[in-house]
Amino acid sequence: MGSMVGAAVIRKEDPALLTGRGTFVDDIRLPGTVHMVYVRSYLAHARIVSIDVSEAAAKPGVLGVWTNADLEGLPPNRSVPGMERPCLARDKVRFVGEPVAVVVAADRYAAADAAEAVLVEYEELPVMASVEAATAEGAVPILDGLESNIVLEHVLSATDAEAELAAAPHRLAIHLKNQRCAAVPMEPTVCLADWQASGLTLWATTQTPHHSRNELAAMFGLSQQEVRVVAPDVGGGFGAKASCYPEFILTSELSRRLRRPVKYVETRSENMTSMVHGRAQDHEVEVGFDDDGALLALRVKITQDCGGWPDATGIGLPTLTSFMAGGCYKIPVIAPSFRSVVTNTTPVGAYRGAGRPEASFMIERVVDHVAAELGLDPLDVRRRNFVQPGEMPFATQFEGIVYDEGDFPGALAKLLESIDYDALRADRDARRDDPAKPLLGIGFSTFVEMGGFGPTPLFEQFGYVGGWESANIRLNTDGSAVVKVGTSPHGQGHQTAFAQIVADELSIPFERISLVHGDTAMVQEGIGTMGSRGAPVGGSAVFKAAGKVRDKAMKIAAHMLEADESDLELVDGRFSVKGAPDQGVSMAEVAVRSFKPHLLPDGFDLGLNETAYFEPSNLSYPSGAHCCVVEIDRDTGFVKVARYIAVDDCGTVINPLMATGQIHGGVAQGIAQALIEEVRYGDDGQPASGTLVDYTLPSAMDLPRYETDHIVTKTSFNPLGAKGLGESGATAAPQAVVNAVVDALSHLGVRDVEMPCTPQKVWRILAQKAS
Amino acid sequence: MSHHKISVTVNGSTSDDEVESRLLLVHYLREVRGLTGTHVGCDTSNCGACTVMLDGRTVKSCSVLAVAADGADVLTIEGLAADGEMSPVQQGFQQCHGLQCGYCTPGMVMAATGLLLENPDPDEDEVREGIEGNLCRCTGYSMIVDSVRWAAEHGGAGDVAARHTAH
Repeated sequence: MGSMVGAAVIRKEDPALLTGRGTFVDDIRLPGTVHMVYVRSYLAHARIVSIDVSEAAAKPGVLGVWTNADLEGLPPNRSVPGMERPCLARDKVRFVGEPVAVVVAADRYAAADAAEAVLVEYEELPVMASVEAATAEGAVPILDGLESNIVLEHVLSATDAEAELAAAPHRLAIHLKNQRCAAVPMEPTVCLADWQASGLTLWATTQTPHHSRNELAAMFGLSQQEVRVVAPDVGGGFGAKASCYPEFILTSELSRRLRRPVKYVETRSENMTSMVHGRAQDHEVEVGFDDDGALLALRVKITQDCGGWPDATGIGLPTLTSFMAGGCYKIPVIAPSFRSVVTNTTPVGAYRGAGRPEASFMIERVVDHVAAELGLDPLDVRRRNFVQPGEMPFATQFEGIVYDEGDFPGALAKLLESIDYDALRADRDARRDDPAKPLLGIGFSTFVEMGGFGPTPLFEQFGYVGGWESANIRLNTDGSAVVKVGTSPHGQGHQTAFAQIVADELSIPFERISLVHGDTAMVQEGIGTMGSRGAPVGGSAVFKAAGKVRDKAMKIAAHMLEADESDLELVDGRFSVKGAPDQGVSMAEVAVRSFKPHLLPDGFDLGLNETAYFEPSNLSYPSGAHCCVVEIDRDTGFVKVARYIAVDDCGTVINPLMATGQIHGGVAQGIAQALIEEVRYGDDGQPASGTLVDYTLPSAMDLPRYETDHIVTKTSFNPLGAKGLGESGATAAPQAVVNAVVDALSHLGVRDVEMPCTPQKVWRILAQKAS
Repeated sequence: MSHHKISVTVNGSTSDDEVESRLLLVHYLREVRGLTGTHVGCDTSNCGACTVMLDGRTVKSCSVLAVAADGADVLTIEGLAADGEMSPVQQGFQQCHGLQCGYCTPGMVMAATGLLLENPDPDEDEVREGIEGNLCRCTGYSMIVDSVRWAAEHGGAGDVAARHTAH
């Protein structure tokens, strides 16, 4: 490779975004646009007795009001067969925020006024806002046609590991909770639908434009060429924008009916109940181990709260948690099982890490529990159980889940170079006897997760056409390049990273490469951006397409130079005969020649325009070792992250600047889950965290300066050797923080603190131990 | 709904408009003036995505009525790059990778500009405190802090103060 991959290049994306010239969906103006606003349920579980729209419909500027009954034939959102969610509630509402009607008006203010005037009469039903309530004796099934609220149960191992647990010298039962979180991308859901005679165009805040196009075409009985989905600048997604939302379908249908563009802009308060939540898993764990801390058997019973309707992606996440239950350890027997339970809450889907953070938190907390039980150092227990580099590729007991490359002890060793562990431990111990100082705790997380989603057989299970990604590279006659990719970035910087790859492979200046993405009318079939697949899968498709362009350009250059291809090299933008650099032709000259049939061999295909699809041979497995040092205020219970050190192994680093940014952002979300964030409901299903006043995102004051580093073991599953790292930070951080909090309190006999470790929770523990 | 005539100068250009009395300044900027660089990220004035400068001070434009800006001088993200050259704060964000998705960025850049007008050489803690009212979900803030520090060392708020003095 050349010099661009691995360089900390500043981003091509930035000038537009920094000068207010970005194009987010709500920035798009189409003549005649009207605005859709929802009427949402304020009850968590109720029968709809009647809906009176007459007053609303008569308001000035209102073009219409629609309920489920007015949308006969409109198909529901795709999900588990038999559990599909209608776009507007039919007969019953199942969570606070579920839409029951829509109003369309000439402007947003008028639509909101009219929505207030829609009168819905409800008959309240028993609310089951938690798994406990939804699975209690006599609980009413929330979904019609089901006998209980357990919508899916699965056992992923042939054994329940009881024999191995019983035979182990030590056995511990541990209950762990991975609380419900909200993704909160700074841009909420927005869409703009324009249904013309020629078909439907939908601009939408989505991570998966092609997938959305396929869904919409199928729902409306259109051919896919009649549907164009565009994801322009998208303001963050974190997995939650990978779901298809009812508003995409409704704005499309209403644009068809009204013959005008229809726009929907979610408010933040709506977003907090409307956009899928994440995590929401409980784990009943049993672990067997010996005197040295060797893990002998692990049983995990996962309960997922999947909210009022199973989400197509969300329902698949406990399977990923199960696959990753063993973390980076050799455990002879792992017995995972799960059940997914519907409750009267917002549906649960993907949130940064999507199933893997839950597993990583579980096993990393288990390791610390084992260490505490045996009086061993948590690092010794980790080292005792690591899969060793020489054992790679490491086939887990789950078919197809094979850790390809990694150096788990190496990452930990690198981490320990950055901290003086002995000094930190001495400081921790000394502070315990010094009431004037805050308590100190040290926590570790040695993690492995899944990146580079595909391959196709896995991704098909989430409803996608495939797990590959696509790239097309076209050279203009001046030798500049346009790249079209099937990924759909929303902050990841693909314009920059993929141009770096092309620059190296084709020896074209970085400045002369541009990227097109997120438009199904412009870009060949694609899958999207999620599951840490941008660099490993999308980047590899770009790499592969560039190789095809180079091969063809080489043939043209050989013809021009009357030389043999094997004698040529491409250096600094010129093809030349090896050893004779002055005899050569530039990429631009080759590009022009590619359009001159009379100057090419007979029958030569014109142009330098190549498409490649890259299917990874498997998932990749990003890993690493993180350390968190916390200080706990004895009087308030406030936990301050004093240091956060991350060593990541994402394989090849394409752009260190952006890689660092990805780690920072993920770690920030992980720290926030550990300390601050939780979606909460009352027993009546009313959200207690329905705005940014109650659901407190961390500010710059709440987060530390991060210390980051890398080790590099390249994956063999793609040609770049990149594993992906968008989700590593969020996967690694929660348990590093919680392990540190527990470590700070361990001298008081504390073994566990439930997330989020709020000042109130920690203060109560301190107060209780003091009395 | 009552309407009012207002005259607002935005990025040096004055316009007379008739607006609903309840119209928020951010919607005035976006819908009436067509300046979509200022974003809306919440409805409780927590996120700061809508931050602009009003008569030389940063405000959250979701919390100001358009009628309250009658006669005022507003600077938005679109007006920050004088003659097409990005301000030191904008440059700092690009140099230090202080943005990812870019949605919070206009508000964050305006808040940072306001901070540097008040305190041209803030240390890390002062930067963190200064941008506390602006939420970013992508970066984890460290590189935003670096961006603001970079700007402090490369011209600070730029010529914003000279171009938009308080009335």
